[in-house]
Amino acid sequence: MSLDEVTRLEIGSDVQIAGARQAVREAAVAAGFSLVEQTKIVTAASELARNTLVHGGGGHMELAVVENSGGRAIRLTFTDDGPGIPDVDAALSDGYSTGNGLGLGLGGARRLVQEFTIDSRPGGGTTVTAVAWSRTAQRVPR
Amino acid sequence: MTADAGAGRVSVLRMGEILIAAIQQELTDESALALQSDLTEMAAAGARGVVIEISGVEIVDSFLARVLSEIAAATNMLAGRTVVAGMRPSVAITLVEMGLSLRGLETARSLEDAMALFQGQAGR
Repeated sequence: MSLDEVTRLEIGSDVQIAGARQAVREAAVAAGFSLVEQTKIVTAASELARNTLVHGGGGHMELAVVENSGGRAIRLTFTDDGPGIPDVDAALSDGYSTGNGLGLGLGGARRLVQEFTIDSRPGGGTTVTAVAWSRTAQRVPR
Repeated sequence: MTADAGAGRVSVLRMGEILIAAIQQELTDESALALQSDLTEMAAAGARGVVIEISGVEIVDSFLARVLSEIAAATNMLAGRTVVAGMRPSVAITLVEMGLSLRGLETARSLEDAMALFQGQAGR
């Protein structure tokens, strides 16, 4: 996957959650992420993809490798047209659960990445963006 | 004795009173729930231990962590114990950073170490 190219995957079933994990892993390997860095971003992707499916009623993930002078990152954006999150702060707190997880999905995913934003309005769907920078991946000269 | 293993399904092997499930590939949520139900049913039929070998598992997210904890809770109620063997270091580091703990689960470095935990333990 080359820089600035955005890959879009549908998230509509648990098989597609597994597919999203696989796509993120392949991108992280290709971008030069270390094994621990790969594991963190793939785990975060799994949490967020499941939220998109279970709470958002399905949606899609956009995957991109981005760079700046400081290094290289993977940016994941999850978008759904579901009911939205009424209280984002509560949803990020540990133990908050309306689904079947441990109530650590959103907060846990946030702790695995360096940048994390949620844009959600009741009735207006949800967009979650997570960016993980690699310490090991070298910036490619262009 | 082996539970039916369809596509993506994890086989459960019985060695005496110990049930062994080796997860060799990424699980979908559905196959994780199928494993939970297979193990719980087989444990109810008589077992004093469950070993879940996860060296082939590249990530454990909050969903799989919950499934593993629930398997342990059910096994404990049936007078057994559950040991998770072979967790990759990268998975352990990620679980800690997320703030997840595998409540009620014992861990062992390998399947062999897990089996050793049951040796010398008298039957019920």
